[in-house]
Amino acid sequence: MTVIADIPDAPRRARRPQIGNPVLRWLRANLFSSIPNGILSVVLLAILAKGVFSFVQWGVANAVWLTPANDSSACRAVRGVGACWAIIPEKYRFILFGTYPFDEQWRPALSVLLFIALYYLSTRRALWRRELVFLWIGALALISVLMWGGVLGLSFVSQDRWGGLPVTLILATFGLAFGFPLGILVALGRRSKLPAIRSLSVLYVELIRGVPLVSLLFMASVMFPLFMPAGFNIDKLLRAQVAIILFAGAYLAEVIRGGLQAVPRGQYEAADALGLSYWRKHRLIVLPQAIRHVIPPLVNTFIAFFKDTSLVLIIGIFDLLTTAKTAIIDPAWQQFSVEIYIFVAAIYFIFCFAMSRYSRSLEAARGG
Amino acid sequence: MTADHPRPPPRRRLFAPGRNELMGLFWQLLVVGIAVGVIAFLWSNTVTNLSARRITTGFAFLGREAGMPIADGLLAYNPRDTYFWAFVVGVGNTLRVAVIGIVLATILGTVIGISRLSANWLLSRLAAVYVETLRDIPLLLQLLFWYVLMQALPAARAAWRPVEGVFLSNRGLILPAIPLGPLQLSVLATALLGFAAFYLVRRQLIVQQLRDGKPRPAWPFALGLIVALPAMVSVLLGVSWTIEWPQLRGFNFVGGLTLAPEYFALLIALVTYTSAFIAEIVRSGIQSVPRGQWDAANALGMRRSFMLRQIILPQALRVIVPPMTSQYLNLTKNSSLAVAIGYQDVVSIANTTLNQTGQAIEAIALIMAVFLTISLSISFFMNWYNARIALVER
Repeated sequence: MTVIADIPDAPRRARRPQIGNPVLRWLRANLFSSIPNGILSVVLLAILAKGVFSFVQWGVANAVWLTPANDSSACRAVRGVGACWAIIPEKYRFILFGTYPFDEQWRPALSVLLFIALYYLSTRRALWRRELVFLWIGALALISVLMWGGVLGLSFVSQDRWGGLPVTLILATFGLAFGFPLGILVALGRRSKLPAIRSLSVLYVELIRGVPLVSLLFMASVMFPLFMPAGFNIDKLLRAQVAIILFAGAYLAEVIRGGLQAVPRGQYEAADALGLSYWRKHRLIVLPQAIRHVIPPLVNTFIAFFKDTSLVLIIGIFDLLTTAKTAIIDPAWQQFSVEIYIFVAAIYFIFCFAMSRYSRSLEAARGG
Repeated sequence: MTADHPRPPPRRRLFAPGRNELMGLFWQLLVVGIAVGVIAFLWSNTVTNLSARRITTGFAFLGREAGMPIADGLLAYNPRDTYFWAFVVGVGNTLRVAVIGIVLATILGTVIGISRLSANWLLSRLAAVYVETLRDIPLLLQLLFWYVLMQALPAARAAWRPVEGVFLSNRGLILPAIPLGPLQLSVLATALLGFAAFYLVRRQLIVQQLRDGKPRPAWPFALGLIVALPAMVSVLLGVSWTIEWPQLRGFNFVGGLTLAPEYFALLIALVTYTSAFIAEIVRSGIQSVPRGQWDAANALGMRRSFMLRQIILPQALRVIVPPMTSQYLNLTKNSSLAVAIGYQDVVSIANTTLNQTGQAIEAIALIMAVFLTISLSISFFMNWYNARIALVER
């Protein structure tokens, strides 16, 4: 068993005088504090050095960075010993924007920037007011106009040509935007005193949380046409979006319910004493406190289902992961899927890592 | 003047609902009405659509011949078996990856969680990088990545041999195995019984120690019940424990235990991904034990292992177990991503069934039933365990 830090083994001694080289002192304290620790450090360093060395050899020294358009011969020459990063400049437009008309791809690009700006503004504590709702509605409307077009001189692009990063962001963001109010309603329903409403809410949450998202997506893609009157059909992307909203709603409801439980009873009673109606009580008194309580777990839920949007690959919707997988069907580039997956993983990582950092800073701000 | 007489309070009749109750009733009727209306609408559409496509609802199709191939089943199966049996094989495959995945992810996650708290800077940094990287990349992407790596492995002829008898190739991982017949299984069952008996004996020993304060060693009982007893049974029955070494014949291996590339990739992806989450749970669990507990245990002069086992772990487990339950459930549900790489778990088989027969509602209902059963069993077990380790207060 490894030695556990920040737990004293013995009563702390008086601080030793700090002598010697600070680097050596640091090494001694953190890597070579005891003999087993020293051995462990050496072994880890050796493994790390070997790993870094072979990765650098594959990913930098032997790698091919650029090739003439649609010519993978240089890459195939180094196959197995070097990475073929050239596949990324070759394919990045398709991976990021799918089959969106090539000359119009500034529109999805702008949409992605708008999404990022929207996320950034939502993290500003100064903007946590009712106006934020209007900001969201405005931004999502603007993004819809940009993506679809058909007005303001923009040519119309039907949504079955959308693809790549914007689709991932749309699925996640609209999932949150609609799943969140749904989650609030269901969380309130689950805590309601009315038995019929409570049991419907429990049924919804438990059914959705009990099954994998994959089966919900199958349901959306296969069963939805069965549910609708003959001849009525809606787009595949929208159906997946509905499944993701229902999925997000159930998970968000549980997080919000936790927040509702954390609001002290006195707050409810005070609101009742003021004679507020049920909805005013919740809108003005309870929900603002409850949601503030659960912002870090809400961000974590958002990260989780941002990643889960990639599951739409299974029902053939062109999100970021699907475009990546499609890009390597091209026979000339088939063997270089590892490079593509690393590229896409980096994109997902940047989004999720930023969000998890943010969630952690919120927790630290509250705890400290 | 009537003002002198205070008005008598209005008499409440027994069945007169107040305004609030009436509103409540109204809201409930409204919501239930909408729900029933929507469901009835969808139901009638579905019935019309199904009859238009000449699909009869009901589970009768389960008795028909499935005709779908299942490459890698835990249970014996051939395409002439029924849909019902195909489903059972699928459930077996789901459980095979989920159970082993849960065990391995727990072990790996615990090791990494403890490493994150290590006094060794390098080790704790490496563990942190592991956790951060794996948590922030979608599982499906990791799964595809592992599967691509599996396929890029050398062919069976040029398989890697990390250890003698272990082969890693694009046919998957091949391990030496001990064939388990009824005789071998009965020996293992004896060992399991011995373990249960040892548990009871140990409890009795602790009760006695509490009575008179004399420590009684438990290890002779452990040796006797868990090791000597099964060994004796094995010798008496004359059970042979020959190891079957895999051999390369032509283009494939015979003998040994084969983990197909699909299964192996799915297992690696699930285990590494879930272990990153478990590591965080374990870390926060250990950190939640107040410093005073460590100090007190030290002050009593306890040995480190004893202290961890008797003081720290029981308190940490209380924080660890509830979120662990949801990680186990997540792993089980995530095993359905198998469909993306062609490992035939229950979701994948239900999907094939659905495409072949058009029995969409029944297939989805079966998936729901299977996952709800698994989820409820895991929750039930973990709640039982949680109640057992919960803080017993005065």
